[in-house]
Amino acid sequence: MKAEGGSYWVWIGIALLFRVILICFPTNLNLGSRPEVATPVTSLRRLAEGYWLKQASMSPYAGSMYHGSPLLIYILGPLTVKRIEGKPSHILCSLLFVIADFLTALLIRATGYKLKFTKSQFLKRGNLSKLLESSRKFSAEDIASLVYLWNPFTIATCVGSSTSPLENMMIVLSLYGACSRLAPLAAFGWVIATHLSLYPVILIIPVILILGHGPDSPPVRLLGSSFSTSGYKDDKSSTLPIRGFQTFSWRFVFHFLLWALIWSVYVLVLSAIYLKEFGGLNEMFRKTYGFIISVEDLSPNIGILWYFFAEVFVIFREFFLIVFNMNILFMILPLAIRLSHRPCFLAFVYVVISSMLKSYPSIGDSALYLGLLALFIDEVRDIRFSFFLFCGYIGVSLLSPVMHNLWIWRGTGNANFYFATGIAYACLQTVLVTESVSAMLNHDRTIRKELTASK
Amino acid sequence: MKRILLFLFLAVVLCAPIVVSEEEAETFAEGLFLKPLPDRKLLAHFHFQSQAPDSVANGRHHRVFPKAVAQLVNKFQIRELELSFTQGRWDYERWGSSDSLSNPNAKPPGVELWADFNVPIDQVDVTWKSLTHALSGLFCSSINFLESSAAYTTPHWGFNSNSSNVRYGALPREAVCTENLTPWLKLLPCRDKTGIASLLDRPSIYKGFYHSQKMQLHSTHSGGILLDQTLTVVLQPSESTDNLVSDPLLQPSWSIRSLFRKKAIERCVLAKSSVVYLEIENGLVAELEKLGSIGSWGKFGFELPVTPSRILKPAMNMDAPSPSLLYEYNLIKYSETKPIDLGLRWKVPFSWSCSKAPFHARRFLMGSGNERGSIAISLQSTKSHYSHLNTKVVVFQIVPWYVRVYYHTLKIYIDGEEHNMSSVVEKMQVHPSEDKLSPGTMELMLILPYGIQSAVLTIDFDKGFLHIDDYPPDANQGFDIPSAIISFPDFQASTYFFKEKSAEKQTPLLLKFQEKSTVQSYTEVLLVPLTTPDFSMPYNVITFTCTVLALYFGSLLNVMRRRVDEEHRLLSQAKKQGLIPLLFSKLSLKFRGERLEPAPSSDSTFVNPKLLLKVFVVAIAAVLWHYFLNDR
Repeated sequence: MKAEGGSYWVWIGIALLFRVILICFPTNLNLGSRPEVATPVTSLRRLAEGYWLKQASMSPYAGSMYHGSPLLIYILGPLTVKRIEGKPSHILCSLLFVIADFLTALLIRATGYKLKFTKSQFLKRGNLSKLLESSRKFSAEDIASLVYLWNPFTIATCVGSSTSPLENMMIVLSLYGACSRLAPLAAFGWVIATHLSLYPVILIIPVILILGHGPDSPPVRLLGSSFSTSGYKDDKSSTLPIRGFQTFSWRFVFHFLLWALIWSVYVLVLSAIYLKEFGGLNEMFRKTYGFIISVEDLSPNIGILWYFFAEVFVIFREFFLIVFNMNILFMILPLAIRLSHRPCFLAFVYVVISSMLKSYPSIGDSALYLGLLALFIDEVRDIRFSFFLFCGYIGVSLLSPVMHNLWIWRGTGNANFYFATGIAYACLQTVLVTESVSAMLNHDRTIRKELTASK
Repeated sequence: MKRILLFLFLAVVLCAPIVVSEEEAETFAEGLFLKPLPDRKLLAHFHFQSQAPDSVANGRHHRVFPKAVAQLVNKFQIRELELSFTQGRWDYERWGSSDSLSNPNAKPPGVELWADFNVPIDQVDVTWKSLTHALSGLFCSSINFLESSAAYTTPHWGFNSNSSNVRYGALPREAVCTENLTPWLKLLPCRDKTGIASLLDRPSIYKGFYHSQKMQLHSTHSGGILLDQTLTVVLQPSESTDNLVSDPLLQPSWSIRSLFRKKAIERCVLAKSSVVYLEIENGLVAELEKLGSIGSWGKFGFELPVTPSRILKPAMNMDAPSPSLLYEYNLIKYSETKPIDLGLRWKVPFSWSCSKAPFHARRFLMGSGNERGSIAISLQSTKSHYSHLNTKVVVFQIVPWYVRVYYHTLKIYIDGEEHNMSSVVEKMQVHPSEDKLSPGTMELMLILPYGIQSAVLTIDFDKGFLHIDDYPPDANQGFDIPSAIISFPDFQASTYFFKEKSAEKQTPLLLKFQEKSTVQSYTEVLLVPLTTPDFSMPYNVITFTCTVLALYFGSLLNVMRRRVDEEHRLLSQAKKQGLIPLLFSKLSLKFRGERLEPAPSSDSTFVNPKLLLKVFVVAIAAVLWHYFLNDR
C-alpha cells in the first residue's frame, strides 16, 4: 500500500515537472493563441491588454478586448508584464497555473475520499461489500486526480496561458467544500467560479444538495423500499452516522447561502472599487456576462455557437440566443430531480452540459469534466460506447487543429470543415453525458436489485 | 410724368442689386501649375479658388460662388472641411514630399474627409452624419459609408487640427472616376466649357499615374467662405516622334496639346486671374547652373515655345542653396485669337532629386495566415535634413474594429534593435476600438534620437470574424486599413519665399504655396485578408446545429425518463396478453378512468384544500398579471 502511495506521488511529480519543462523550454509552442485553448474570456493575452489599458488609465474593458474579471487583472496583470531574462514571457502566470492544476488535483482527490467514505459506509450497511472490491492498483480518487493532471487537454490549457485552470480550481474547491461541509469554502468557490465565468452558477443546486444530504447519499427510494421496511426503524441507534443523509440539513444550506451572499458582496465591492472610474459594475456586467450571453465574438472555437451566430439571419439572432441559453437551464430541473441522490455526479453532469453549450468553450472545460468523471469510475464502469468515446475524443482533438490549419492558415479548407469537427465534438459530449447518466442510473438499479435480493 | 417717374424708380430698383454685386468681391481665380518630375513625368496641378464674402451682406444670392457649397456651409456650420478623391499612390521618394505643392496635395487613395464644425460638441456627430449624406449626394460617391460610427474618428492632437469638433474619416476602397469629377466641375462658374478647366480631358487625366481632386473649405465667423478646388495629376508625357533619334536619357518633351489633347488654353472670362506656372525645381536649377546656362533662361538646357510673361525666382526656403525658377504665363495678356500652346522641349538630359521629408515612412503587414498578424510602420532616414536635434514624429493611425490591435504589444526597433518604448514615446493617446461601434485610433508622438538610420514600430493584432451580412460583396478580396499619417511637427514644408512682397502680383495659387504647413506623409493602405465563412450555408448550419441540440435534449431526457419498474411491468404485461388486447385494455382503462374520474373529483373540489390552494394561486397570478399589463 505504501509503495502504491509512493508511485502515486511520483506520477503527480512527473506531471508537474512535465508542465514546468513545457513552459520553460520552447518559446514557439504558442498554445496561448490556439482557439481550442484560449477563448476570448480566458485568454491571458487579452488580460495583458486589459492590464495595459488599466495602466494607461483607461477602462480595462475598453476596446472589446478583455472580458474577464477585474480581480484577475489585479492579480495576474502585474505578472504578465514582469519579465525574467531569458525566459518566455508570462512564465510567472504559467507557474501559477501549474500550482492551480496541482491544487485542483489534490482537491479532486480529497473530494474522492469523501465520496468513497460515504459510499463504503452505505454499502457496508446494506451488506453489499462485494461491490466495494476492486482489483485496481489505485483507488478512484487517485485515478481521478491523475486523469486530471495527465489529461493532454489540461496540460495544453496549463501551458498555453489561459485562465481556465483557475476557474476549474474554483469549481472543484466549491465541490470539495460542500463535500466536507465547509459552507464558507463551498460558497467562496462557487462565488468566484461564477464571477470568473457565468456558467458555474447552476452548480448551486448540486452544492446545496451535497450540503443538505451529504456527498452522494444513497437513493432515498432505495432505502425506503429496503431499509425502512426491514431494519431501519429497528436499529436506529446503530445507524446514527447515516441518519444525517436521510434528513435534509437546512442548517448547512442556510450557512452556505449566507456565506455566498457575503462573498458575492465582497467580490462585487472589490470589483466596484477597482472599476470606480471606468463605469463601475454596470460596465463589468455588460462586458463579462453580457459578452458571454450575447455571443458577440464570432471567432472560431471548438463549440458550435460561433458558426451558428455567424451564419444565422440577424432577425432570428435574439430568438436563438434565448433558445441556446435556455437549453442549459431546461435540463437543470429534470436532472436535479432524477439525480438528487447523487449530487456530486449531478455536478459533473452540469459541468458537461455547460461546457458543451457555453458560448466560448475550450478544452479546459473538458479537462475538468473528464477528471470529475474518473471519480465515478466504479459506478459508470459499464458505460456503453466507451471505446467509441475514447476514439472520438482522440479523433476530434487530432482533426480539429488540422481543419483549423487548413482553413485559417493554408486557405485550402473551408469553415465547414472546422465546424464539422465542432459538431462531432458536441455529439461526443452528448453521448458522454447521456451514457454516463444512463450508466449511473443502471448502477443504482443494480444496487437496488442487490438490496432486494439480499433482503 | 408719372410714367417717367415710375420708370426711373423701376430702373433704380432693378439696377441696385447689380451695383451692389459689382461692389461685393465675390471672386473666382483659376491657375495651373506645371512641374517636370525627376522620373520623366509631369505634374499638373489645377487650382480654382472661389471666394464668397460675408453672407449677411450678400443675402442668398451668389454670382460666381457655387450655391450648393454655400448652403452646405450654412446648414452644417462648417468651419473647415477637406474632401479628397484620389486614385493612385503619391510617390514620396520621386515626386517630392516636403515642398508646399506635394505636402498638402498628396492624399491617401480613396476618399478622405475631415471637417471642423462650429456647433456644440454634442451635436458634432449628428452634423457629421448629415454632412456625409449631403456630400455623397453632391459628389455622386459613397461618402455616406462614413456615417457609421465605426468608420470615422475624433483626432485629438495627432491630426493637424487641435479642435475637438474635428471628425476624420477615410474610405480607402472608394473608386474615383468621372462621375465624381463632373459634379466637382459643376461648382466652377465656367464649368469645363472654357478656362483652364477645359483642359481636363477625361481620358488623359485618368490615364495618369496619380490623380487627386480635392475640395477645401474655410469659413469665417461672419459667413465668408473660401473654396479651393484643386486637381493634381501626374502624367507621363508621350514621347514625340522627333525624340526617337535622340538620347534615351533625355526627358520627354511635352506640350499642352500632347498632354491634354486640347489645342490651347483659354481663360474663363469670369476669373479674376488666370495664370499658368511652370516650375523648374531648385534641384534642376542647380544642375542647370552647373551647365552654366541659367543666365540665358535655360536656352541651352531646354526650350520654351512660348515666351513667359514673367519669370519669378522664389527661394524655396531661406537656407536653400539655389532658388527655383517660376515661369508665369498670364492668360489675360495673351490674345484670344492666337492660341497658345505651352510646352517644354528638353535639349540636354538632366537628373535631379526632389525635396524630401526627414524620414520616408512606409507601412506593411507581417505574418501569414488569417488568424493574426502585425502592422509595421517603418521610418527610413532620408538624410536630407542635417539637424543635430532629435526628430519629433507624430503617428496617427486608424484601425477598423475587425482588426483587433493589442496595444500592449507595441514595440519599437531603432536601427534594428528593440528599444524601450518609454524612452522614445513622448505622448501617446489610444482609443481602442469597440466591436461594431468605433474604430481604434492611435496617436503617438515619438522623439527619435539624432543620427538614426531607421525606426520600425510594430504592433500585433488578431483578425476578427464577422457575421456574413457584415462582409462586403467581394469578401475574399480583403479589407483595407486606411493610411496612417506620419507628420514631423518640427519641420515646415518648404514654402515659396519672395524677396519682393508685391501683393498685387501674387495670384491665389502663389499665395496658397506660401502658407505654412508641417511636413506630413501618408503611408500605404494595407489590405488585410480576413477569413470568410461559407456564405451559402446558413440553412445547413441552422439545421445541423439544431439537430445536435435536439439529439442532446432528446437522448438525455429519454435516459432520465426510463425506469426499471415500468419496463418490467410492461414486459410482463406484454407477455401475458397480445399486443391488441393490451391496447384494448389500456384504452378501455383510459375511457373508464376518464368517465369515472370527474365524479369523485367534482365531489372533492369543495373539500380538497390542495385544489383550493391551487385555484387560489392561479387566481392571484391572474390578478397580478392583469395589473402588470395595465401598468404597462
